[in-house]
Amino acid sequence: MIRLLDRWSVDPKLVFAIGGLTLFGIAMIYSAGEVHIPNPVTDEAWLRQLLWFGLGLTAFTVLSRVPPRWIEWVAIPAYVLSVVLLGVTLVVGTGAGTAAGVKSWIDLGFISFQPAEIAKLTTILVVARLLSQRGAVKLTSLRDLLAPSALVGLPLALVVLQPDIGTAMAFVGILFAMLFWAGTPVALLVLVASPVVSLFLSYDTRIWSWYILGVIAFLYFYRYRLFLFESVALVLANFAAATISRPLWNSLATYQQNRILVFLDPEVDPRGAGYQVIQSKVAVGSGGLLGQGFTLGPQKRYDFLPEQHTDFIFSVVGEELGFIGTALAILAFGYVLVRLVQLAERSPDPFAGLVLLGIFGAWLVHVFVNIGMTVGLVPITGIPLPFVSYGGTFLFMSWVAVAIAVRVAHER
Amino acid sequence: MSLHLPHERQRRATGVYVVLALFLAVLGIAFFRIQVLRSSTWALRAESNRIRQLPVPTPRGIIYDREGRILADNVPGYAITLLPGPLDSARATLDRMSKYVDLPAREVERVLTTMSRFGREVVVDADAPFAVVSAIQERRAEFPGVYVEMRPRRRYVLGAAGGHVLGYVGEVTAEELADEEFPSDRYTRGMIVGKTGIEKQYEAQLQGRQGLKYVEFDARGRIVGDFAGVRTDAGEAGRELVLNLDLELQEWIHSIFPDSLSGAVVALDPADGGVLALYSAPTFDPNAFVGGIEQDLWDGLIADEGKPLFDRSVLGLYAPASTWKLAAAAIALDLGVVMPDEHMEVQCTGSFRFGDRVWRCWDPAGHGWQTLAEAIGNSCDVYFYQLGLRIGLDDMLRRATDIGFSRRCGVDLPQESQGIFPSERAWWNRNYNYSPTQGEVLNLAIGQGPNSQTPLKMAQFYLALARDGSAPSPAIAQGVPLAEGWSLNLAPEHLESIREGLRMVTAPGGTAHFGTALEHWDVIGKTGTGQNSLSVQGLAQNHAWFAGMAGPPGAPPEIVVAVIVEYGESGSSMAAPIMAKTADFYLRRKHGIPVDTIQTYLEHLRAGRPAPWYSRRFPSPPGEGR
Repeated sequence: MIRLLDRWSVDPKLVFAIGGLTLFGIAMIYSAGEVHIPNPVTDEAWLRQLLWFGLGLTAFTVLSRVPPRWIEWVAIPAYVLSVVLLGVTLVVGTGAGTAAGVKSWIDLGFISFQPAEIAKLTTILVVARLLSQRGAVKLTSLRDLLAPSALVGLPLALVVLQPDIGTAMAFVGILFAMLFWAGTPVALLVLVASPVVSLFLSYDTRIWSWYILGVIAFLYFYRYRLFLFESVALVLANFAAATISRPLWNSLATYQQNRILVFLDPEVDPRGAGYQVIQSKVAVGSGGLLGQGFTLGPQKRYDFLPEQHTDFIFSVVGEELGFIGTALAILAFGYVLVRLVQLAERSPDPFAGLVLLGIFGAWLVHVFVNIGMTVGLVPITGIPLPFVSYGGTFLFMSWVAVAIAVRVAHER
Repeated sequence: MSLHLPHERQRRATGVYVVLALFLAVLGIAFFRIQVLRSSTWALRAESNRIRQLPVPTPRGIIYDREGRILADNVPGYAITLLPGPLDSARATLDRMSKYVDLPAREVERVLTTMSRFGREVVVDADAPFAVVSAIQERRAEFPGVYVEMRPRRRYVLGAAGGHVLGYVGEVTAEELADEEFPSDRYTRGMIVGKTGIEKQYEAQLQGRQGLKYVEFDARGRIVGDFAGVRTDAGEAGRELVLNLDLELQEWIHSIFPDSLSGAVVALDPADGGVLALYSAPTFDPNAFVGGIEQDLWDGLIADEGKPLFDRSVLGLYAPASTWKLAAAAIALDLGVVMPDEHMEVQCTGSFRFGDRVWRCWDPAGHGWQTLAEAIGNSCDVYFYQLGLRIGLDDMLRRATDIGFSRRCGVDLPQESQGIFPSERAWWNRNYNYSPTQGEVLNLAIGQGPNSQTPLKMAQFYLALARDGSAPSPAIAQGVPLAEGWSLNLAPEHLESIREGLRMVTAPGGTAHFGTALEHWDVIGKTGTGQNSLSVQGLAQNHAWFAGMAGPPGAPPEIVVAVIVEYGESGSSMAAPIMAKTADFYLRRKHGIPVDTIQTYLEHLRAGRPAPWYSRRFPSPPGEGR
């Protein structure tokens, strides 16, 4: 099999690690359906996930044989199409499950999917194409970052409007990972991120004052020295972010505000907004070192865990497999992510490396935010865990990503 | 810097590894902290998450009658309880439940209000039929937060016959819980407590100690099962209670009391003052109150002009009328102001002049010269006017007050009316704003004037006459400390002369003879015709009284009975037969003689049944001297 994959010129380590994660996910989805009072939908979710795994593998088999240049070629039309789809979603989109007010799905009747999942991949391709063409150009000023940022910013903005903050964060991960790989100095990336930091720090004027002084000083002593207007724009952006923080907060939907408030202290509303994170922490914490045993977690069985098939699947891992299970799962994801970087490192083709880092950025955000929220490390955003969370089209698209990753990586 | 250069890619990769390691380390540390370092805290929380303490209702003490027959016991019942949760989902659950349970909108509101106010479980149906329970259990998934439990259900064997005396039970109210009678270590919301009657009086004894169990719930409040981790506390059942009541006698009275009429019957045991029967009509079935009375039924009981919830035997206050003449007689004898066989100064000519007015006897034909016994037998007002004058107003007030005509008997019931009788002259000043004259004693001596008594009080007075002049406090339960009684200072021959007077009432020629003549027993007693607010206006009949005692011929009385029939017109024809039939039933049972529904001589005559025993019991031909 490995030889077969080798001959097929795909990376067997990555494929097997991800295949293992997918099967692990299907096992956990099976367990998530093992509840005290079964529900016909969740009961057989693992079977549907298995079916989608099959479809994903089929897509993988086909796509991993496509010449990489086709992939590069298709990047622009695919990107345009996916942005259009995102726009359409804002009009005809539907919500799913608990987030019924959100417009993130397109329902075709026989199938429904999230255009944002496609957009992530096409954005990675189009940005990779852009940055690989300019391989020799230095990315040392803000102006250099404008084009890639705009390419990512467009779908990101459309996703924010859905609103789907979790996926939006994945786009941010894609952008930063790819810019970094393309050679952007870390300091510049920090500066780009600074208005966002300003936004959050503005709740305390004194802390924010020190912060803005630090930003200005940094700009002044920064070795690449930005253009003056860029520096001014950056400082102004910091001020603007601080100014809009209050109206921005007020413009958030109540549930979004609550998610941030309970992130700071879940116990302020243990039966309401803080319920999910508290129940998840109870599940994970009571799992202990060794866990309650596969399928046996009481928090899950008696329905205390929210969204246990999808967003909170990792809480089931924590409850039933304990710290041993969560640590191994985190290490497995770590291995997959490391493997992506290793492939990028070995790939002399800038396009391939950028695509791999884009996928890396997206998955890192997914993994960190999804796993982190089960223990209250990050606010709750509806973002699935790649290969593990239940969700057919997401699994399928993730496998498409795997196919593209191994395909571009092995083109020498 | 170019991605074409391997060393540049290597440098970048190292940077990425550092970031990745940082992120993964943060996750790893977070999970280590929560799953290894603080796991026990979260494990505890997981348990409290799904395990709830629920009360285990225990059966109330069984109530027995004097013969050890069950008056009130418990049968298994099912209570449907809704556990606290979000109000929206609770409402949705109740809506779904209304398909199977009769749940009016106001009941849904009650449940939701109680839940939001107290944030704890609410009993939706304290007495659900088994069909409903199984319907709900089958669709458990549809009813999150619904908990069905076995709960002992009170059953009253006597039904309506014992409604007033036994009382009924119901869910404890917030007001009751605030009262110190319901200590918080024994009572919690949702418990069933005695509301009236004996159930309330002996609540502390009948109520057991509620148990506790631990039940596992899922997040939507659906029951998973009993939690084995903690031992269940089964609680303790209530202690039993034995009453002096006679179950069959109580039933019998219920069956013979005229259906359409109101009134009360009190039967006491002369041996110890024990209450053999305590009946009030119209009555209600206490079983209807178990598990919460239906609103329509309750509205009906409240709106009923006959006031079926009102216990006339201990709460009803009636002018005692001629039945009270015996009190005047006893007081006079007690004070020594009259000898049983002497005549009064003035013979009865149908009226009596005192002060500046003429006082009439009920019989304008007059009764002539009479001894005390004859005056009692004739119920002669003129004799008793003079007897009252001999006693004098002050002594009359003092002795009547000693006997307790302005106090309660102290029966072991939560409620009892206090008799109305002036305790001193100042009473008139207080109540009517004038100073009483000696003339008041004339009214008092014939049972009129400011004098209202409960049927129980009159029974207690006749109890003293049936005994040696002492009257213990009537007791419904056995073996309980009694309130202090009182005693008339009467010589045996004086008592005998009073009973002689009572005997004349029921002897051949007496007004109540035919309705009280029994084959096996001597019945003696006194009729009374009580005026009431309607009868004085001519709008209704007077209340009919009969109070007396009965026993085997020549032996001391074995039962004392007081009967009042509201608007019953005639003590002799309406109240006296009820008394006689009550006594006959009790004595026949006691002496092992088969019971018959045709008891009195009058009933034999009406039924056309020969009564050969009559001429044997009453040798002189009836009707003579009438």
